[in-house]
Amino acid sequence: MSDTAVATTPWSVLNADGELRHDRRVPDGTAALRLREALRNMVLARRIDTEAIALQRQGELGLWPSLLGQEGAQVGAGSALRPQDVVFPTYREHAVAWCFGVDPVQLLGLFRGTTMGGWDPRERNFNLYTLVIAAQTLHAVGYAMGIVRDGDVGTGIPERDRAVLVFLGDGALSQGEANEALVWAAAQQLPVVFFCQNNQWAISTPVQTQSRVPIFQRATGFGIEGVQVDGNDVVATHAVVEQALTKARAGGGPTLIEAVTYRRNPHTTSDDDLRYRDRAENELWESRDPIDRLRVYLRSDEAGEERIDDEFLAALSQEEEDLAQRLRTGCRALPVPDPADPFVYTLERMTRELDEQREAHLAFVAAEEGNAQ
Amino acid sequence: MSTALAHALNRGLRDAMEADEKVMLIGEDIGQLGGVFRVTEGLQQDFGDLRVVSSPLGEAGIVGAAIGLAMAGYRPVCEIQFDGFTFPAMNQIVTQLAKYRHRSEGKVSLPVVIRIPVGGGIGAIEHHSESPEAYFAHTAGLRVVCPSNSQEAYDMLGEAIRSNDPVIFLEPKRSYWAKSELRTESSSAAITADFERARIVRPGTDLTLVTYGALVPAAQQVARTLEEEDRQIEVIDLRSLSPLDDKTVVDSVRRTGRLVVAHEASQSGGIAGELAARVQEQAFYDLEAPILRVTGYDTPYPASRLEHDWLPNVDRMLDACDRSFEH
Repeated sequence: MSDTAVATTPWSVLNADGELRHDRRVPDGTAALRLREALRNMVLARRIDTEAIALQRQGELGLWPSLLGQEGAQVGAGSALRPQDVVFPTYREHAVAWCFGVDPVQLLGLFRGTTMGGWDPRERNFNLYTLVIAAQTLHAVGYAMGIVRDGDVGTGIPERDRAVLVFLGDGALSQGEANEALVWAAAQQLPVVFFCQNNQWAISTPVQTQSRVPIFQRATGFGIEGVQVDGNDVVATHAVVEQALTKARAGGGPTLIEAVTYRRNPHTTSDDDLRYRDRAENELWESRDPIDRLRVYLRSDEAGEERIDDEFLAALSQEEEDLAQRLRTGCRALPVPDPADPFVYTLERMTRELDEQREAHLAFVAAEEGNAQ
Repeated sequence: MSTALAHALNRGLRDAMEADEKVMLIGEDIGQLGGVFRVTEGLQQDFGDLRVVSSPLGEAGIVGAAIGLAMAGYRPVCEIQFDGFTFPAMNQIVTQLAKYRHRSEGKVSLPVVIRIPVGGGIGAIEHHSESPEAYFAHTAGLRVVCPSNSQEAYDMLGEAIRSNDPVIFLEPKRSYWAKSELRTESSSAAITADFERARIVRPGTDLTLVTYGALVPAAQQVARTLEEEDRQIEVIDLRSLSPLDDKTVVDSVRRTGRLVVAHEASQSGGIAGELAARVQEQAFYDLEAPILRVTGYDTPYPASRLEHDWLPNVDRMLDACDRSFEH
């Protein structure tokens, strides 16, 4: 099979060797990414991931979908958001959640079995993780329709104009719903940015099975702008997302961004990726690590005022340790839900039959507990 | 005023949109055309294309976008063009719409109404005569209702739109042009429809005949016919299929001792079976005869030249009543 899907060269600013193209760093209309903050966010997001995997290995989580290798794409995208923007994630957007202020302990509940959600989507406009691939792309479209109807697009007021950033993967673009979403977004010129992390693999299925052309080129067929960016380059990703969100908020319509990256870990902690891919491929992408390249740049004289020293890195290490400790403690302290919760949360107006089922179930649970004592 | 059911729905949509500016409509061909059944006729003209959205083709898109709109604070009313075209939207309905309140631990309710013309008997081609209600009734997190006349269509649609829970609103398409009395002056509070409750259409003492939607007039005909034989049939219109108002039915069966349940949908795994289970749980010793079902058969919906006898009709219901009285 020919390798058409990766035949193009994604736009980049900071290459794998840590060399930064200053002429590309701040494209028109974008705000510069704060590089120290980006490094911090990527490092801490990776630590969340590492700790979650450890918690899974210890039996504290049932499952964990790792984001290892995708920190650049996610922090780049997450750093371009304004508080009034709205995010629709898949289930791997841990670094975006981190950037948007979601407590990482809350990310664990879904995988620990204490909740089907974990946080209040209205608190930070960060919607719940979506496990049914591409379902959230249509919710993003609907939300963007709401923004248009609220008049919160193209006003020129920075605090008012809003956009939706929806995450999807290379596999999701094969789903009908993602294609419907692109059709709807294009037809109505909605303020929505589709951020596709092409991490090369949908569990064991390579991207070549999903698309015979580079993913960003598919945007053209829908009549929307498509952009391909090096997803392991946090600077370039941020710039591209910043541009797309700015356009969307101004009423310029949707964009499909393909962030080319790599899922370095198995699909989830239950997966065994060496059954379908070579270690060498993984090592190649490890050499393109998003964190390493930014650290190299920020340690160099090239970084100028943004240069980081040992003290910065030591403080960051300490912050990592504190975060890890908080995750370990917080995970174990996540409250076990009440047996009545599913009954109470199903419908806003409780029905008589559900109420009867709830009472019977609670009596059963109480009797079980009585027997156990 | 005597009004066709489709016109009562149109009036219900109009009044809901006037009462709440967050109410909006979304569906295929619902704008200039007014929908293939003309239920939305004139609404885009009067409320604009931001509130009455003629959508791209794609039922998943309709429901998925409605979910997003509801998250953004709107109250979308979706129109699915025909029952058989609901299925492309099933993923959004079952995995997303029905579950979101539970997943968000009660923090986010999705006030989405999905209007679906249902049922057969109109000589239609494939996929245009389906009765998918059991799929929805089996899905926790949805309300499923089905009006049978103009007043109920108007009242229940209003209540569905005001509901913060998602509602599957099944419209008996065979009855769209049947006229019956409609009072709309009560759109605010004078009539509280409470669409969780079944309605006793006609009181009786000898047998309870339960159905909903387009079969309600047929059940009334059965009752009139059997009255000539001095059999007093109590006809109940379920109205709500989820939740299911078994209490009204059980109370009735305690008085009559006999129960026949009819619906167009296939028999196995259907609403009638669920209702029968609940009635025998609660009124076992009141039953004088086995509970009987008159339903569509466990086949795909047949070619329309066969539908007259395939569908439950007055004669098949009469036959079931006779069999019940044999005990």
